[in-house]
Amino acid sequence: MTYKRVKVEDISKPAEVLSETVKENLKPLPPPFDTLESTPEFASLDGKVHQKIECDLDGTVALSIPKPKNEAEEKELVAKFLAGLEKLFQKENNWTFLQPLTLSVEHCATCHTCSESCHIFEMSGWNPIYRPAYRSEVLRRLYKKYVKGGGSLLSDFRNGKIKLNWTAVARLAELAYRCNLCRRCAQTCPIGVDNGLIAHEIRKLFSQELGIAAKEIHEQGSVQQLRVGSSTGMNALVVKDNLEFIDEDMSELTGLKIETPWDKAGADILLIHNAGEILAWPENPGAFGVIFESAGLSWTLSSDIAGYDGINYGLWYDDAQFARTAIHHASAAKKLGVKKIVLGECGHAHKALTVIADRVLTGDLNIPRESALVTLEDIVLKRGLMVDPSRNDFPVTLHDPCNVVRLMGVVEPQRRILRKIAPRFREMIPHGVENYCCGGGSGFAIMSGHNFSDWRFQVSGRKKFEQILNAFKDELDPSIPKYLCAPCSNCKGQLRDLLSYYNVWENHRILYGGLVELIVNCMVDVKPGFIQWEWH
Amino acid sequence: MTWLHLVSYLALVSFVVAAFARALRIASLPLHLRWELYPVAHEKKRARYGGSYFEELDWWTKPRESSLLGELKVMIPEILLLHGVREKNVPHWLRTFPFHFGLYLIVTTTVLLVAGGIALAAGAPVGTGSASTGSGGLAALLAAATIGLGYAGFGLAFLGASALLVRRLLEEDYREYSKGSDYFNLALFTGACGFALLAQIVADPDFSRMQAFFATLASFGSFQPASGLSPLLAVEAVLFSLIVAYVPLTHMSHFFTKFFMWHDIRWSDEPLARGGKLERQVQEALQYKPTWSAPHIRGNGRKTWVDIATSTGIEESKKEIETP
Repeated sequence: MTYKRVKVEDISKPAEVLSETVKENLKPLPPPFDTLESTPEFASLDGKVHQKIECDLDGTVALSIPKPKNEAEEKELVAKFLAGLEKLFQKENNWTFLQPLTLSVEHCATCHTCSESCHIFEMSGWNPIYRPAYRSEVLRRLYKKYVKGGGSLLSDFRNGKIKLNWTAVARLAELAYRCNLCRRCAQTCPIGVDNGLIAHEIRKLFSQELGIAAKEIHEQGSVQQLRVGSSTGMNALVVKDNLEFIDEDMSELTGLKIETPWDKAGADILLIHNAGEILAWPENPGAFGVIFESAGLSWTLSSDIAGYDGINYGLWYDDAQFARTAIHHASAAKKLGVKKIVLGECGHAHKALTVIADRVLTGDLNIPRESALVTLEDIVLKRGLMVDPSRNDFPVTLHDPCNVVRLMGVVEPQRRILRKIAPRFREMIPHGVENYCCGGGSGFAIMSGHNFSDWRFQVSGRKKFEQILNAFKDELDPSIPKYLCAPCSNCKGQLRDLLSYYNVWENHRILYGGLVELIVNCMVDVKPGFIQWEWH
Repeated sequence: MTWLHLVSYLALVSFVVAAFARALRIASLPLHLRWELYPVAHEKKRARYGGSYFEELDWWTKPRESSLLGELKVMIPEILLLHGVREKNVPHWLRTFPFHFGLYLIVTTTVLLVAGGIALAAGAPVGTGSASTGSGGLAALLAAATIGLGYAGFGLAFLGASALLVRRLLEEDYREYSKGSDYFNLALFTGACGFALLAQIVADPDFSRMQAFFATLASFGSFQPASGLSPLLAVEAVLFSLIVAYVPLTHMSHFFTKFFMWHDIRWSDEPLARGGKLERQVQEALQYKPTWSAPHIRGNGRKTWVDIATSTGIEESKKEIETP
């Protein structure tokens, strides 16, 4: 079975579903997941959903856009979309990405070299609407026809056919959330066109002009972070309380007295975790505390708004939210007078604050930022932290978070650490800057409305699952505990749910976790058995 | 000066103006946020695996080591051999490489014809004609190179363009994305290269007439050749003039916009320094006044990006829309 053909202009044509993802078409997984039955059934959207929200793209929903009540509302939304499209190409509105966007929109040769690099397109079994160039070509044609003033026969000849209507607009909004923004496709483009960027810009258009974004990353995400201090909903009191419990647990587990410093003015380092770690994987910030204290670093956490939560969801969909969050992070560091900010194990926080915000933070907000992986390498390899690698004598593989590796170039520090502390470390194929996204990138890891989680486990996460199985292919026996090291909170969120979806812990004993846990697990000064295999 | 000279000059002027205008337009777009993609080729030692200066402890205290050689090691095979396409899309490379390499050879041939034409107009015995080919080592080399590269260029570009055209026509994955202009572009190259190949074989096998034509172009008509271009060669000259004028107006301008794609985006990793040029550019951009109208922004054309970024957006969401 193959997917029906879908032309670019079909996006505007009414149909129940433009191109539904079909389980039978998904690329088969390696054994023992190579049967159709080993992939759970894809939950169908019920009739009420169909009546109320826009869901005629592919049988799943990320945004839950309400259906317009009438034709007038449809027209208004289309007009707003068009206004937003125009603004994307104006320097006053989009100086942040105008040059890359313009170049990508003007120069694609549709050679399809990018197609096979996309894990979503490949693992869906080549669903044509997931081709990286598809959404880009839709946007390109709409822009040229409706903003650049085409519309004539000559324009259709030059730029291709397309019709602007609500059907196209609603589908395009959803389609922008079928891309992990991993930019693997951009890496392969011989011209330099960046389809990941175009998906990002489409998301921005919808958020910044129409106020349409995934609720998990906007209302419950960046808005909550700016209001309360963290997307988890934890305010400063709660987060301090939680860390106190974590310190107690860590002290008991390791035999070392751990006390997390808060708001220590003049400390060398402001460590910013993804606050999700504190709730979901407390052993991770706990392990950081153990390592930093053992190394004798001068460090602190901040209890300022957003100062204790390194997430910056604006990175995925909205420049205003992005800049606001980055400024909060830098302000927290400035207030404490630290020498540098160290980003904990959170990939998008790395890229957001270190790379992208580099051209937002000026003057005294421009405080040096560093990846924790680099700080940890210094501690483990140069400061001579005492380790006993035999405590980590189990198979270990490494997942490369896209934001840390392909998009920031931090590739080797984590590997040098693993080569020292994990004698049975093996790489995934491919890895490093050619890695595949976990499938939870760009916000998907926290998005699960309707049946979207089925989609991210069956489609966007499928390639990573294939890689994990291949990395451990000779040791899948459940008698061998295995460790999937993923130094990124969002990736861990995706991997937790992905492994659970396929019952991987129960049947194959693959535990996921961060890098610091592995380090602490083999520290000579720490009681043996830090990693608890029931953390799965 | 004939109408053919006029067409050729117009094509050249049009090319220069259009290419310059496009390059200027792109270069003058405001500084954007960093959006690099690794590997970054100028990273000394680390480029081979895609690493960056962010791998260094306290990276901001260390001197940055940038390697031009590293960039050249990536760009030369990328430009000449289309290395990326060969790595990732072999079926396409088998078609597009001969096309592009053929064009490079045609450009080289043109350069040789211009050089030969200038020399010829100056009275040097460098003609590609049989009478001149025996006149000396350099002249013979020039003649042989012009003829060899010329035929190879037209032949390869014809084969590549026609293979690309056939693929677009027959394969659904390509046909569904192809615009009328894509077919036109490839048909134009196929037709022009095929026609040139035939025209040269039939009317100017040793390129001597074409070289003489370039001598008249280079001398602005003061050089008087023994004979002008035949109709076949005149059509060839018109077709290529059309291509020269047309290419920078289209997406095919990627042959020079690629520079911006790589240097301004993929490899643009220069960190912002306090008081530096980048900081000034950012501060300037932050003064733009957006008009995004979503509730959490409410850009009204009066608030700057600084105003927006230093608010939380929560108050904005509560306000009624302000009129600009």
